[in-house]
Amino acid sequence: MSQWNNFSRGFFKENAVFVLLLGLCPTLGVTTSAFNGLGMGLATTFVLLMSNIVVSIIKRHIPDKVRIPSYIVIIASFVTIVELVMQAYIPDLFAALGLFIPLIVVNCLVLGRAEAFASKNNLITAAIDGMGMGLGFTMALVMLGAVREILGSGSLFGFKFIQGDGMIVFVLAPGAFLALGYLIVIVNKINKKKA
Amino acid sequence: MAKKESTFRNMVFTLFLVTLFASSALALIYEVTKGPIAEAKRLKKANAIGEVVPAFDNDPGTEVKKLAIDRDTLYFYRAWTDGKVTGIAVESYTYAGFSGLITIMVGFLPDGTLNDVAVLEHAETPGLGDKMEKDKSFDKTSGESWTTQFEGKDPRNYSLMVKQDNGDVDAITAATITSRAFCDAVQRAYDGLLEVTDELDIDAISGSTRRPNQE
Repeated sequence: MSQWNNFSRGFFKENAVFVLLLGLCPTLGVTTSAFNGLGMGLATTFVLLMSNIVVSIIKRHIPDKVRIPSYIVIIASFVTIVELVMQAYIPDLFAALGLFIPLIVVNCLVLGRAEAFASKNNLITAAIDGMGMGLGFTMALVMLGAVREILGSGSLFGFKFIQGDGMIVFVLAPGAFLALGYLIVIVNKINKKKA
Repeated sequence: MAKKESTFRNMVFTLFLVTLFASSALALIYEVTKGPIAEAKRLKKANAIGEVVPAFDNDPGTEVKKLAIDRDTLYFYRAWTDGKVTGIAVESYTYAGFSGLITIMVGFLPDGTLNDVAVLEHAETPGLGDKMEKDKSFDKTSGESWTTQFEGKDPRNYSLMVKQDNGDVDAITAATITSRAFCDAVQRAYDGLLEVTDELDIDAISGSTRRPNQE
């Protein structure tokens, strides 16, 4: 498998949100605006990339029976690092994402890639996979956030283009499920045509 | 190199090393970010104070007076210009919101008039309750937001309750609970202010009436 394939399949063929349906809790929770989606996606990408790298480096030294606890400790450390750094240097974004940053720890996408991919591949391949999967996740979150922001608040990345309110239901929880459902339909339709 | 066997000794040793590295990395990052985090919090508070009181030349964030009231604590910040108090910012709270705690910064002039109100933290519904934030309810044509109606009002003759409860405040459409909670927090700030008038060295707010106990 070529490295390009390792990178690009995170976007459509094996997109974490639209195809694998992993990590849906932060996906539905934070995507009230495109910018929140972008912030959450990039934070997750960083954790995914770093944990993939570390796991692939130390995979030989971890006995099989304790590999999951070891991976979780590694992932949790990187999440806490992201949390502290965000709090210190981008407090506004941290205030918006709040509760969902610590929840990256239990995002099954991160543990899933560590366990299923990074622990079986070399450093470079694992890093490329982490980057691709993370950016694919980010893309999905930005798409979902953009749809919800346009329909719900009539703005995109904070720039308002209608007066007053949009369809508020799209900013609320039910709108997240609705928008995600339709996006999954569209992405799967495109994927089927390609195959 | 073969993979390590899952013997007891190997497992304990591995987990010990992993957690050791993780905790030292975290300790390092914590030390590095401790300063900037405190600075960011201070800045946020200072901005909120600056928003709600008239111009000042001291650093109100450093002059804090605490008052325990109801279930929590109010914080008072004094703003000075040339040795004269120009305003008091009160960090107030309410638990009556639609989804939990709301904290706001209420600015008073020395005579007890409301100057301005800013929201610090809340978890109200986006699109409905969050209109109490200035920029969420800002109307370009009138240049006003929902909190504008509090500006310049004197709580002595302005009832801090929504009109549905026979008060003077226009509630946010479809967010009456949030509006009630907001009024509750402002009223709590005012009640607290009356109790510490002497200590804050501001003009007595005589003749003012306390909110009748509703319970």
